[in-house]
Amino acid sequence: MKNNNVIQVEGLTKMFGDFTAVNAITFEVKKGEIFGFLGANGAGKTTAMKMLIGISNPTSGKANVAGFDVFTHAEDIKKSIGYMSQKFALYHDLTVKENITFFGGIYGLSRKRIKEKSAILIEELGLEKVANKLVGALPLGWKQKLSFSVSMIHDPKIVFLDEPTGGVDPITRRQFWEMIYKAANQGTTVFVTTHYMDEAEYCDRVSIMVNGKIEALDTPKQLKAQFEVDNMNDVFLKLARG
Amino acid sequence: MSIHISNISKSYKNVKALQDISFDVNAGELFGLIGPDGAGKTTLFRILTTLLIANEGTATVAGFNVVSDYKNIRNSVGYMPGKFSLYQDLTVEENLEFFATIFGTTIEENYELIKDIYVQIEPFKARRAGKLSGGMKQKLALCCALIHKPKVLFLDEPTTGVDPVSRKEFWDMLKRLQQKNITILVSTPYMDEAALCDRIALIQDGKILEIDTPEAIVKHYPKPIYNVSANNMYQLINSLNAYKHNHSVYPFGEFVHYTDNRTDFNPEDLKVYLESKNLSNINIDKTVATIEDTFMELAK
Repeated sequence: MKNNNVIQVEGLTKMFGDFTAVNAITFEVKKGEIFGFLGANGAGKTTAMKMLIGISNPTSGKANVAGFDVFTHAEDIKKSIGYMSQKFALYHDLTVKENITFFGGIYGLSRKRIKEKSAILIEELGLEKVANKLVGALPLGWKQKLSFSVSMIHDPKIVFLDEPTGGVDPITRRQFWEMIYKAANQGTTVFVTTHYMDEAEYCDRVSIMVNGKIEALDTPKQLKAQFEVDNMNDVFLKLARG
Repeated sequence: MSIHISNISKSYKNVKALQDISFDVNAGELFGLIGPDGAGKTTLFRILTTLLIANEGTATVAGFNVVSDYKNIRNSVGYMPGKFSLYQDLTVEENLEFFATIFGTTIEENYELIKDIYVQIEPFKARRAGKLSGGMKQKLALCCALIHKPKVLFLDEPTTGVDPVSRKEFWDMLKRLQQKNITILVSTPYMDEAALCDRIALIQDGKILEIDTPEAIVKHYPKPIYNVSANNMYQLINSLNAYKHNHSVYPFGEFVHYTDNRTDFNPEDLKVYLESKNLSNINIDKTVATIEDTFMELAK
């Protein structure tokens, strides 16, 4: 099935006992898109993401990520995507270089390739002076930028970013988003969740989950027109308040 | 009751977490400490709530010295630390009873103070705290910090990681608490929340950049700011970054906030330049500075 969709989801559902965390969601994401996946705490975002990245089995429905079925080829999905979250990104007690080498190894890169990538990343991020320092000693903003680069070390088709900029200073936040734009421009699809509504505006399309369902999915511009407001924060408030 | 901070400094080995910090918080004020991760907010809170001793300087909270009178402070402040710090395997109700008991009071005694907040989580009172959503955890933590009717409330990044709806509700609650004469010192990395405070201190890398009302801080922004938009955000950012006269280029949602180096800046020149970069649908309009603009300018 050749099409331009790198993520295709149909009726995807996850139940925990009687409780339906994700209720038959359906959507698709195109190659090179920056797709914002939003929702209030408890709406089902994290549960949905876990199914898409192959670490949680759906209860029912269908989903294809990077060309692989989430039910039958979860391991292949893990190899083809990048993932970065606020809660876990890099090992604090390894140095910058050691982290790059470690993750490069996990993704199956050759030693030569790891060396090349290491030099490129360190130079692009301006980390020459701290390359042999423990990541735990770096400011949060530097860690986030490094995490993002490391999550893409194997040139994945899709990168999943779970609230990547929480608590980071405003300048670094924007530098981070410039990195996202650059990656998308080069054809990487970016699937990002965030609680910063100004960041929602940077996305090509945004979906908003409420109580396990997708209640809105469109470009930021169309969503603002639909809800008759001039910013994404107000779209969110109108929708999530019911 | 108020907070008085005088020349406080604190270092952890080589890292200067706080450098010569001085400011006051007036009784009944809603005061915001605004700054990103690593700015020193948590360190300052720990010093003020008597959990950490400064290397230099003095501070008083509600008239008590943070070092010599620490016990008095611990009885009269409420503290909500950055991470969720309640007992995950106790229920909502059990957590509240626990904190009431250790402060020598009961839930009933000060229920009026927490009622507005508690009614929102009361339906879940038998649920273990660890199983609550982020927004609900914040509400419970706030109740536990208020249960003994503190004179001063310290809230360390209470809304980080919480969705915009819960954030808004949380700040509505703070405004109502302020009317009950509680002094509130709250830290946040969200610049839009700064606008909701009576006064704010912008902090970065252990130093205070500026202290004033949100309105006054924004008025101090030194240059005219323009909202620039075009058909392609990424190309727009790149083009503006390459423009030799730029002073600052920062994306803000659907626009880019642009300031120019020249005092005689004419937006038409910029428009012509952007058109030469094959951008279309170009709009350049003057706009007003926000706290975030001011923060980034001061932090440069």
